[in-house]
Amino acid sequence: MCSYIVEKTALIGSAKGRKGWMRIDTANVYFDHPYYSTLDHVLAIDFTNEGEGGRDRVAVELSADSARTLVARILAALASGEAAHGRPAQADADSVAAA
Amino acid sequence: MSHYRALQAETVKFRGHNGDQGEAYYARPIAAGKYPGIVVIHHLPGWDEWIMEVVRKFAHHGYAAISPHLYFREGSESPDDLGARVRAAGGVADAQIMGDVAGAIAYLRSQPNATGKIGVIGFCSGGRHCYLAACTLSGIDAAVDCWGGNVIVDNPKDLNDKRPVAPIDLTEKMNCPLLGIFGNDDANPTADQVNRTEAVLKRLGKNYEFHRYNGAGHAFFNAFRDAYRPEQALDGWKKVFAFLARHLATAATRVAAE
Repeated sequence: MCSYIVEKTALIGSAKGRKGWMRIDTANVYFDHPYYSTLDHVLAIDFTNEGEGGRDRVAVELSADSARTLVARILAALASGEAAHGRPAQADADSVAAA
Repeated sequence: MSHYRALQAETVKFRGHNGDQGEAYYARPIAAGKYPGIVVIHHLPGWDEWIMEVVRKFAHHGYAAISPHLYFREGSESPDDLGARVRAAGGVADAQIMGDVAGAIAYLRSQPNATGKIGVIGFCSGGRHCYLAACTLSGIDAAVDCWGGNVIVDNPKDLNDKRPVAPIDLTEKMNCPLLGIFGNDDANPTADQVNRTEAVLKRLGKNYEFHRYNGAGHAFFNAFRDAYRPEQALDGWKKVFAFLARHLATAATRVAAE
């Protein structure tokens, strides 16, 4: 059964969609039946820019295991990257909180 | 008996809830004659290729079938993008869906090929909508709920402005025969929820028929998914067409479907 449960988070970033690059300010995250994947359920993320109406999105549908692996790899990449480059100023986090 | 078969399938305009004009996918046999109608309600992810295959399947079997695009008000982008937008907004209100289903029924009734008999079938969230339609809309002669979840709502917090009433609580008003198709491995509805729904239908003396399949979970008719179970799906489709033939078909349409 399809659920209506969506985890929403504000973010700062950009993504490449069907019209090219765009700024994004929101991610809608859910675990439900996919539109495209053959899996019964997927971890789906829709990146949008709600500040510009949210009409375009960059979407992914991931298996549950690959989504967990991706989370771990994102954290690992951040850890190693920040070790090499330094942690960005806190302004980023403040901007997201205010978004 | 002729073995010639032909159908026409296309996107058409229909009037939905509040008279809003939207798109629907409509398929019917092209041979002259009268055909019973069926409304096909898509699942939450959207108006997808599989649901259009289902519409054509019904036409192949001698029905005039229509699937309203339930997210047409969101714009003209691809159905998956519109579905994502609807999901982020918490879904579509039941009242609007019922208005769109009623509009699709009216479309079928207005066609020169209509016998006047109307069925409704829905899958997943559409199965829940089908159950609601059987309880709240008039002029439906048969309803088919395929694994609709949340017919029973155990936590009142799951009710809201868009989905204010648990469908099970409307069962007394059900005014057409109901066919239910379920996989015993489904997590929503669970086998226990299916049993509880059946108990209510039985207690209220409703005309219903439930079929449960072992080795199948959610969406096991859908050949686009790993959930597809060919043997169970083939049997399930036979149950669907037998049920509809019993409640919708006329002598003329039975000949057309042979």
